[in-house]
Amino acid sequence: MASALINVPKRAKRGDVIEIRALTSHIMETGYRRTAAGEVIPRDIITSFTCRYNGREIFRADMFPAIAANPYLSFFTTANESGTFAFEWIGDNGFSQTASAAITVE
Amino acid sequence: MPGKDRSTRRYFLKAAGGTALAGAMVRITLQPADATPAMLNAAIRNVVGEASLRTGRVKLDIPPLVENGNTVPMTVSVTSPMTADDYVRSIHVFNEKNPQPYIGNFYLGPAAGRAQVSTRIRLADSQKVVAIAQMSDGSFWSASVDVVVTLAACTEEL
Repeated sequence: MASALINVPKRAKRGDVIEIRALTSHIMETGYRRTAAGEVIPRDIITSFTCRYNGREIFRADMFPAIAANPYLSFFTTANESGTFAFEWIGDNGFSQTASAAITVE
Repeated sequence: MPGKDRSTRRYFLKAAGGTALAGAMVRITLQPADATPAMLNAAIRNVVGEASLRTGRVKLDIPPLVENGNTVPMTVSVTSPMTADDYVRSIHVFNEKNPQPYIGNFYLGPAAGRAQVSTRIRLADSQKVVAIAQMSDGSFWSASVDVVVTLAACTEEL
């Protein structure tokens, strides 16, 4: 099964702008490659990524075949309360994966 | 255009090795289904609509010379105070010559604090990459970079 790597600071001061990095393993098959026999290899990509901070969406991405395999994303948010970041990846063929990370805000 | 004939291409791939292979693939990865500058413009119009698109405020960090088009690091940052009244709503990235013009859409909000997104992309050929930011006031800003790719992202057979 695919696995995700999340990088969120464990602690932050209230109001700090923090970087969040998320990577998951996925082939991101473009749908434009062919086998030696000439058959198109069907598309199999992650199409959507969402990050929620205590339930509120703070970042979302639509992905296309031009995103490299094992999609990596880095983005920022303002730490304003302790809680949880929830990550969700959704893709072709019913692909769905979640991960979460906790943060303590002082 | 070289590489139209599949059997020749396969022979070529088998015959070529190491760096020779890298050089060969740049030329033979071109396929008729590639996006064109017109498709790029259409894709941009899809997002921007009738609004005017201005150059500036957006910084697109991407290496100008890429060895491997299969994974190209890219960072888009936008100059914005990121306050409740003035923030970046979304960032859209396009390319000129991949099979389709879209790369990614990224939606942020005032809570982001900093309007910056990084990811890794695929480039099937040397081409122009365009980043567009939509501000909270509805204006659109853009930046573009020309990238030279020596080993293209494979759209070839396995």
